[in-house]
Formats: sequence, C-alpha cells, structure tokens
Amino acid sequence: MYTQALNTAETDDRGLEDAAKDAAKAAQFQARIDAEERIEPNDWMPAAYRKTLTRQISQHAHSEIVGMLPEGNWITRAPTLRRKAALLAKVQDECGHGLYLYAAAETLGSSREELVDAMLAGKAKYSSIFNYPTLTWADIGTIGWLVDGAAIMNQIPLCRCSYGPYARAMIRVCKEESFHQRQGYEIMLTLCRGSDEQKAMAQDALDRWWWPVLMMFGPPDATSQHSDTSTKWKIKRFSNDELRQKFVDATVPQAQYLGLTIPDPGMTQDADGHWRYSEIDWTEFKQVLAGNGPCNRDRMAARRKAHDEGAWVREAATAYAAKRARRQTAQAAE
Amino acid sequence: MATPNTPLWEVFIRSRNGLAHKHVGSLHASDATMALQAARDIYTRRGEGLSIWVVPSTAITASDPAEKGMMFEPAESKIYRHPTFYEVPEEVGHM
Ligand SMILES: [Fe+2]
Ligand SMILES: [Fe+2]
Repeated sequence: MYTQALNTAETDDRGLEDAAKDAAKAAQFQARIDAEERIEPNDWMPAAYRKTLTRQISQHAHSEIVGMLPEGNWITRAPTLRRKAALLAKVQDECGHGLYLYAAAETLGSSREELVDAMLAGKAKYSSIFNYPTLTWADIGTIGWLVDGAAIMNQIPLCRCSYGPYARAMIRVCKEESFHQRQGYEIMLTLCRGSDEQKAMAQDALDRWWWPVLMMFGPPDATSQHSDTSTKWKIKRFSNDELRQKFVDATVPQAQYLGLTIPDPGMTQDADGHWRYSEIDWTEFKQVLAGNGPCNRDRMAARRKAHDEGAWVREAATAYAAKRARRQTAQAAE
Repeated sequence: MATPNTPLWEVFIRSRNGLAHKHVGSLHASDATMALQAARDIYTRRGEGLSIWVVPSTAITASDPAEKGMMFEPAESKIYRHPTFYEVPEEVGHM
C-alpha cells in the first residue's frame, strides 16, 4: 500500500537539538493518537511504534501463512466435495490474509523478502496454535469454530487500530473470517448429530484444542510485556484477559448447543453471567513458543521446502520480465 | 541467501455499481501480466469487481504529509464553496 518514497530512515547518531525536536514530535504524535486520528505510512512516528507494529503485523502475516498447513493437511481427505470446496476456499482466504498483512507491514519500511526470510530463519514468531497437529476431520471443524473464532475476537478491535494500513487490512480480513467460523461450526454440528463415534471424535477434538485456543490470546495481563505502550498507542484496545473472557463467554453456549463438554471441570458461571475458567498451563505455552510444541519442526520444514521449491518460479518470472523489458527498450530505439 | 526483491504494485478495482476504480491494496509481481492475475486472486475472490488496474508503486508521487497544512489550507478557508453557506427562504422549498 502506498509508495515508501517519503519514508526516511531513522539515523542513530543524533545531536541534542534533534532529540528535543523528536520529543516535540512525539508529543504531537501522541496527541493525534488521542484524537483518534489514523497514522499513515509517510507520517512521522516514533521508532518504537514502527518497530512494534512491524513485529506485530509481520507475526500476524506469518501466522496466516503457517496456519494454512494444519488445514491444508485435510483438503485431499475432506469427507465430501462440498466440504472440500469450502476448506479449499478457506485456506485460500488465509493465504490472502497473509498477503494483505505483509503489504501492511511493508509500508513501515521492511521489504516482503526481509520479513519472509526472518520467518524462514526462525527469527520471527507466528501464533503458537499452529504448532498443534490436526489428527482427525473433527479438528478441521474445531479449528474453524474455535481458532477462527478466537482470531475474530482478537481482530475486530484491530479494525480500529491507530495505524491506517493495519486497520484497513483487518477490515478486509474480518469480512472474510465469518465464513470460516460458520463452516467450522457446521462441521461440528454435523458430527454431533451423527453416530456415537462421530460425536466422540468431535469431543476429542474439543478436548485437545480448548486450552491451546485459550492461550492464543497471549499471557495473562499481569505478565504481558507489550501491553502498556500498545494500549497507549491504540494498537491494542482490549487486554489479553478481557478478550479471552469475551471469547469464553461467547463459546460456552455454542458448546452446550452441540452437546459437547468443555474440558474444564472447574468452570463455573458468575452471578453476572461470566464463565470463569481454571488456571491455564502457561508452561505448555512457553514450551510451544520456545519451539518445542508437537509440530514446530514440521511447520518450519514445510515452509522452507515450499520456499525453496518456489525459487525457480521466482527466478524464471524475474528473468522473463527482464527479457521483455529489454525487448521493449530495443523496439523503442528502432 | 536473501531472497531477491520482486516489484511492488498498487491495485485498483472498479466494483459492479459503476463507481470509479478504488485503491484496494498492493502486491508483488515480476511483471504487469502476473500482477493482474495475482490481483484477481487476492482482491476479487467474492465478486468485488469488474475491472482491475495495476500500477507500479514507484510510479506514484505522493503529497508530503508534513506539508498538508499548507497544501490543503486554501480549501478549508473557503466556506462559500459549500451550498450550506447560502440562505434560501423556506417558502422556495428544496433547492
Ligand atoms: Fe485469517
Ligand atoms: Fe480464518
């Protein structure tokens, strides 16, 4: 989105005069944020704002792309042609989401190639949820219902994020997500109305995905490192725990309708209607983030293989474009 | 080895309802033909449009946000350019 021509690099060695100017600019910047103005790519922004957003948007993009793997795993084995077409369309959407988000991240000054290379080198993170395996067809239903459901919860407030290109990308993404969640819930509904084995398969998938899905909202507010400045900059509008609670409250009745049991025997409903869940096992979350989840190595290997196997296509397309450009210049000279 | 950069394109789409082409986002492609095909796949999966333009991002000249005060002030001070500036008696009706 937009040309980067006006984006100037921040220089490191600055005099005191520059520092004072920056403080004034920073105050002006915060005033714009407080007035709910959108920040656009060529506007002045603090280096830390640029860095935080580059990290967050590129991680989000990587998550969409890696997120295609667990579901792509079931495309050839979908139970009917209707399910197969829907799953294919969903996975294609996720690819589109990744591309909108890379484009938004690039407006901050990093190239697509740098961002992708950082992910392939293992230097950039993606959502921990995609490091879990999809063992049965019910996992595809559960992912649509819960993983996309959690993503929607997280993404709706991002449509009002202070950074214009990110907010606009999120609006497109949110429009497309609703189909993802509904197709997932429909799969679950079909299984739960089916044979005992099918219902047991649905329950087993919920049992395995429930806790990892709650972890998608990130560490509890008390320990989260990025929240304060992100809130001040209106990148984040709700805390991790607030979003997690909203998600749980929305999901419990949906599980009840399916006749499934949420794998949390300690769960209780408050007088004010909120569902209180038990303590989350954050050591598991940290382990998966550190690279020790069930599928971390597989996911990285699959991404690297796809990138390497696509190298000849990129080379051929570049060579062809260069040849055509040379021919055009030669024809113009005749 | 770092991946070599592929050019960036801006995508504009005209929707069914007859409005002008509107900027919808950007993409990377090695040439114009591939940019058009990628734009079709990325930005029109749900019948969003009937016509696509792709423009190399480097071909766009943008106004400088630092100068927006000076750039747009002349329009802001001319309230007589708006219909609400003029008074039309109620008896005359809608105008
Ligand atoms: Fe997505
Ligand atoms: Fe999705």
